[in-house]
Amino acid sequence: MYKITERTVLSEREIEFWIIAPRVAAKAQPGQFVILQVDQFGERIPLTVCETDEASGQIRVIFQVIGKSTAELKHLNAGDELQDVVGPLGKPTEIKNYGTVLVVGGGVGIAVLYPVIRGLKQAGNHVITILGAKTKDLVILREECAMYSDELILVTDDGSLGQKGLVTDAMKAVFAREEINQAWAIGPGIMMRYCTDVATKAEVPIYVSLNPIMIDGTGMCGCCRVLVNDQIKFACVDGPEFLGDQVDWDGFIQRMHQYHPEEEEAYQAYQEKQVQLNG
Amino acid sequence: MGKRSFNKTPMREQAPEVRQHNFKEVALGYNMEEGQLEAARCLQCKDAPCITHCPVMIDIPGFIRQIKLGNMAEASKILSRYTNLPAICGRVCPQEKQCEMVCRLGRSKKFEPVAIGKLERLVADWELDQPTDVTDVPKDKGKVAVIGAGPSGLTVAGDLAKIGYDVTIYEALQAPGGVLTYGIPEFRLPKRIVRKEIEQITEQGVKIETDAVVGKTITMDEIMHDFDACYIGVGAGTPNFLGIPGTNLNGVYSSSEYLTRINLMHGYEFPKYDTPVQQSKHVVVIGGGNVAMDSARSARRLGADTVTVIYRRSSEELPARVEEYQHSVQEGIQYSWLTNPVEYLSDEDGNLKGVKCIKMKLGEPDDSGRRRPEPIPGSEFTIKADTAIEAIGQGPNKVLLDTFPELNKNKWGYIDADEQTCATSVPGVFAGGDIVTGAATVILAMGAGKIAAKEIDQYVKSHHSMATV
Ligand SMILES: Cc1cc2nc3c(=O)[nH]c(=O)nc-3n(C[C@H](O)[C@H](O)[C@H](O)COP(=O)(O)OP(=O)(O)OC[C@H]3O[C@@H](n4cnc5c(N)ncnc54)[C@H](O)[C@@H]3O)c2cc1C
Ligand SMILES: Cc1cc2nc3c(=O)[nH]c(=O)nc-3n(C[C@H](O)[C@H](O)[C@H](O)COP(=O)(O)OP(=O)(O)OC[C@H]3O[C@@H](n4cnc5c(N)ncnc54)[C@H](O)[C@@H]3O)c2cc1C
Ligand code: SF4
Ligand code: SF4
Ligand code: FES
Repeated sequence: MYKITERTVLSEREIEFWIIAPRVAAKAQPGQFVILQVDQFGERIPLTVCETDEASGQIRVIFQVIGKSTAELKHLNAGDELQDVVGPLGKPTEIKNYGTVLVVGGGVGIAVLYPVIRGLKQAGNHVITILGAKTKDLVILREECAMYSDELILVTDDGSLGQKGLVTDAMKAVFAREEINQAWAIGPGIMMRYCTDVATKAEVPIYVSLNPIMIDGTGMCGCCRVLVNDQIKFACVDGPEFLGDQVDWDGFIQRMHQYHPEEEEAYQAYQEKQVQLNG
Repeated sequence: MGKRSFNKTPMREQAPEVRQHNFKEVALGYNMEEGQLEAARCLQCKDAPCITHCPVMIDIPGFIRQIKLGNMAEASKILSRYTNLPAICGRVCPQEKQCEMVCRLGRSKKFEPVAIGKLERLVADWELDQPTDVTDVPKDKGKVAVIGAGPSGLTVAGDLAKIGYDVTIYEALQAPGGVLTYGIPEFRLPKRIVRKEIEQITEQGVKIETDAVVGKTITMDEIMHDFDACYIGVGAGTPNFLGIPGTNLNGVYSSSEYLTRINLMHGYEFPKYDTPVQQSKHVVVIGGGNVAMDSARSARRLGADTVTVIYRRSSEELPARVEEYQHSVQEGIQYSWLTNPVEYLSDEDGNLKGVKCIKMKLGEPDDSGRRRPEPIPGSEFTIKADTAIEAIGQGPNKVLLDTFPELNKNKWGYIDADEQTCATSVPGVFAGGDIVTGAATVILAMGAGKIAAKEIDQYVKSHHSMATV
């Protein structure tokens, strides 16, 4: 069992946990994730390891509530225990000194991006960070990202914080004014796809972090497969980071919709039950 | 007890009309009377050929004789000398290609062989209801790590614990059992049986740590530092894909994913369990082995209207167990022989709507001695399908291997280990089961475990520690 030691509400739909998982805490690198399962009935839910504290054996995860499993997670409190936490899974981000890097995070993708930013800064890069979300309250981890960024650009769809517009507009502006050696984009599929287009046009290599549906996370089911450079890759073991211009985006985005009817059913049943239980 | 009957004593089964709608076990087992009737058919041969064709050399006439005498405790004791998982092997062993194939009774005209597997199951099921007598040996001989809790790893662990080793199994998934837990479906191998057989192993003092992916959660360096020896039994679970156009459409699965959703994650009990599995109407399964049968029969039980298995050779070459094939036919599974898929067809939303196939004919024999299937030009046709399941074989699990380059591999990427000793190129590291042989059988994986336990014992006695590596 893996105990939740701290629970913080970051925004209306984003929650943060610190969980005791000493083995993961000792090993996790930026870019890696865990799979957690609440109990025997639950799904295996992949979440990025956002930070670790090796001394106390804890890991930090941040999740957005989007369906049944994450809604269920939201209802857990400090002191509750998870049946399973396994990891760290996936390949770590290729952290080294590239020179000047541009990192772009959208929505809950910022939680996935944060350890990457930290790693890149510590490796000596000049880090320019763009964070974007629909509205002000959804731009999470602002201060923490700022600490490891040489420049931080904030973008919201409604202009409630920073520039009004899309992260791709901010990217174009950066590309226009200076030379970038390597870029990252982490967020919703659509966002990563457009960021890839912008970076590719500017001839800057860009990494994206793919979050397909997964089960085992150890390369044994093929559920997480994506076409990269026309080859079948398993995001859980070959990724989750890939070069954006090599990803078959249509296929990737399509596969995310595989279980929509079933997910709806599970989420609705769950919400109805919550209503019954809690009035 | 009358004359020997020509045929095996039949085993009661759930009727096909009923069982194709549930996941309960198909074969219901012998009762004592049926068991004794069947046991009486055995000729009690002197140098019994059946024994030499059992990969773990069970004293078959010995345990069968005890059944005949009604002495189940003794029968069980005999079995336990050779196998740690009799209730499982009695159910899923390909007996007709092993012990029963050479049974002397079956060799004589008109007679079917003794139903050795079914008798093994009878004894094992009886034993599962008895309290385990735990031999409480002190665990002072040394520390051994076992990686992977499939049949192979479980066997090594059980055998070493019994003779005084402190054994820890590391398992990547949330539950032990390997393919027994995530692959072979409930209706063929109830998970209750798997859990009980595993309990008998943990009662010997074996520790099982789940959620431990060796190579990620724990490194091989740590294992080699902390233990006197280790055994790698990580299996061959990586799914292969044909790679034909449309492979990434929604509705196209590997059998591994399909069966994992159903078995490990209990997808057939959705939404009580959260992990969904597609509600399909028309299912096409590609392949002809046990894995294909399991996928097809599971799809049927989930409510599919039609399930068609397409196999590129003919019924004669079908690698699946005959019993499973017959069961599948009774349950309404259709077969399209000499057929190969060439493309998955998509609707406008990226969902599978059909499988385009081509007819094959058998040409000259290939390296494996089987006649090579060749496409017949112009014979393309389409099968309507919203789900397609590829069961065309698996490759080695690489998570561990990728982090352990010191270990020699063969040209197919499996671990290069000595068949006689399970020793690998790294001293103190042993390996067996599917990760050495490629996808094979439960009993072979177990057999390797038996050998490895003896060799590990020898190894640890002679080196006392490998901590210097
Ligand atoms: C490597 C990786 C790292 C991730 N890191 C984070 C993170 O740090 N924070 C975070 O909030 N989310 C992260 N995710 C996504 C998170 O796992 C899913 O949002 C979650 O599993 C959805 O479960 P649900 O039951 O609440 O939603 P569902 O009702 O199951 O799904 C709603 C939608 O979410 C997507 N989805 C469903 N299941 C999964 C799944 N197992 N994996 C990915 N997407 C899925 C699909 O598009 C689906 O249609 C990550 C995913 C991966 C693969
Ligand atoms: C659907 C299906 C049906 C089958 N039907 C039959 C049948 O009827 N009869 C028969 O005899 N055989 C059958 N087989 C084959 C048989 O199940 C296998 O040959 C056997 O299970 C192999 O045993 P193993 O111990 O080598 O590996 P596995 O059973 O594959 O177990 C390996 C274990 O190692 C774990 N693991 C992998 N990597 C790591 C790591 N890095 N760290 C920790 N743990 C790890 C895995 O999670 C898994 O639990 C079937 C196989 C399948 C898939
Ligand atoms: S383990 Fe398999 S081969 Fe050996 S006796 Fe039992 S059924 Fe036959
Ligand atoms: S070969 Fe057949 S008849 Fe002879 S001992 Fe074995 S099971 Fe009995
Ligand atoms: S999640 Fe199963 S192979 Fe990646």
